[in-house]
Amino acid sequence: MSLKIVVLAKQVPDTRNVGPDAMTEQGTINRAALPAVFNPEDLNALEQALRLKDQFPGSTISVVTMGLPKSAEVVRESLYRGADEGFVVTDRTLGGADTLATSYTLAQAIKKVGNYDIILCGRQAIDGDTAQVGPQIAQKLGLTQVTYAEEILSLDEKARKVVIRRLIDGGVETVEAPLPLVVTVNGSAAPCRPRNAKRVMKYKNATAVAERAPEAAEKYAALIAEKPYLNIAQWGAADIEADPAQIGKAGSPTNVKAVKNIVFKAKESRTLTASDEDVEGLIKELLEGKIIG
Amino acid sequence: MNNVFVYCEIEGTTVKDVSLELLSKGRKLADTLGVQLECICAASGIDGIEKQVFPYGVDKVHVFDAEGLFPYTTNPHASLVINLFKEEQPQICLMGATVIGRDLGPRISAATHSGLTADCTELEIDSFEMSIGGVKKFYENQLCQIRPAFGGNIVATIVNPEHRPQMATVREGVMKKEIKDVNYKGEVVKHDVAKYVPEAEYVVKVLERHVEAAKNNLKSAPIVVAGGYGMGSKENFDMLFELAKELHGEVGASRAAIDAGFVADHDRQIGQTGLTVRPKVYIACGISGQIQHIAGMQDSGIIISVNNDPDAPINAIADYVINGNVEEVVPKLIKYYKANNK
Repeated sequence: MSLKIVVLAKQVPDTRNVGPDAMTEQGTINRAALPAVFNPEDLNALEQALRLKDQFPGSTISVVTMGLPKSAEVVRESLYRGADEGFVVTDRTLGGADTLATSYTLAQAIKKVGNYDIILCGRQAIDGDTAQVGPQIAQKLGLTQVTYAEEILSLDEKARKVVIRRLIDGGVETVEAPLPLVVTVNGSAAPCRPRNAKRVMKYKNATAVAERAPEAAEKYAALIAEKPYLNIAQWGAADIEADPAQIGKAGSPTNVKAVKNIVFKAKESRTLTASDEDVEGLIKELLEGKIIG
Repeated sequence: MNNVFVYCEIEGTTVKDVSLELLSKGRKLADTLGVQLECICAASGIDGIEKQVFPYGVDKVHVFDAEGLFPYTTNPHASLVINLFKEEQPQICLMGATVIGRDLGPRISAATHSGLTADCTELEIDSFEMSIGGVKKFYENQLCQIRPAFGGNIVATIVNPEHRPQMATVREGVMKKEIKDVNYKGEVVKHDVAKYVPEAEYVVKVLERHVEAAKNNLKSAPIVVAGGYGMGSKENFDMLFELAKELHGEVGASRAAIDAGFVADHDRQIGQTGLTVRPKVYIACGISGQIQHIAGMQDSGIIISVNNDPDAPINAIADYVINGNVEEVVPKLIKYYKANNK
């Protein structure tokens, strides 16, 4: 049996390495100062998908991403590592989406991909850390879910059941769940395999329409006529039959009321040096005050 | 109708601390709004569970007691909360930012088309004027959900005035657990589970389950020695374990130190997406002090910062700042503690 696997991936600003120039003087985010990366836990999800594909030859992996046109980069990266096809959902009307509008949009895109057996994504994205989109998609598609997954232990093709080890608060559990379902993969799962050199050669010129310079349109048309796999499918809101009231800002119940830059109220603090006198003096003071001891 | 709800997490037959903390917060929000505090308890064999929650000021407990509701699985719990909310129309719903709360909350928000804010560090009620979709309106008594965002450079206040319930998750230890009145009595409603959870929802089977008590004592340790990215290596981090051992304290870490692999133990992470601690003494070594980290330790008694950057943000909230390299200062702290603690 072969499986149809959908992997959701997001291109995110690398908030793990935020420098002092991450904010502009106006207090807005300086996106230019933050490199865009493949959301780390989505790579863990891709690896679980690739393992299923290894185990069930003939399975296909479809990667779906939503974002700016350049988020096609995560699709290319997935193709390099073993995914079969990718879809970029990009549209001006999708901007300003909170998790609920995002999950609606992705659920619509997944419906268009269709016939899925299992949908895998990272537990959460590092730019928001909310962990909401996976379960919201499951709810919208009427599927069950296994969150915080560490490993897909087995998949029974006849019974259409999958056994998964997942994290719980203070421990682990093993669950059996029916297909189709949504699985969100935790960062403690196996890391993703590296790029395959042959696949990099094959897919390095794969692009989505929005990435192509208009003057190069003819060149790309010729290229894709010869090698159709170099076209990364691009969908707008209309292509996925999205209800305009449920996408972007309009489809987002949450509103940002205020954003504050952080200014710590300075305490009266004592500054010491690393000298022996200073350090010993501090220790003695803390001991005498019975603060330590 | 339109009350404040808390979804209570239950391990076996015991309501978890994170839920009791949320009940305390929920009580205050309900008082401000002049409404009642209600909670949901769903598990197996939980007769008398109300005794655990009434002291926190609960006015009504919704009990769902049936086989299959413990251990937690997604669909039955989601189904009973969604169906109960159709009847009760709560204005606010709080959950723990735990594995269960983060599994369940998004499904409720998707089903009710309501906003959900993750990992809030403060919750308050406010009235304000706001323009949504180009229409300016005055909104009274809204839940302001406050959380650090975007690499900790900003704190955002999130509101969802046009949708109900207003939902938020909060990590364990962020809110304070406070008994309202040991003799507080509310109403107990025992629901017919089958009416809320169709048989077909029991789709996931838990085959095996291991829950261990916390491996460290960070939450209640009087002294915490915490290391950040500035510790530079796993070997340097070992010095912190030595210092903590001498001081009878525990070792914590910033997210950056854990991401860098300096300490393997993820449950030592202190901050918005980790633990919140309130020790008597907090020694921050090589921690710059992003707001996410500060959120998890700012209520510590005495804060000592060891950092070679005199402008590290954490120094602003420290009582003592030692300007120096951790490799030099930490061994001296150990040495002089040993020498003087006789």
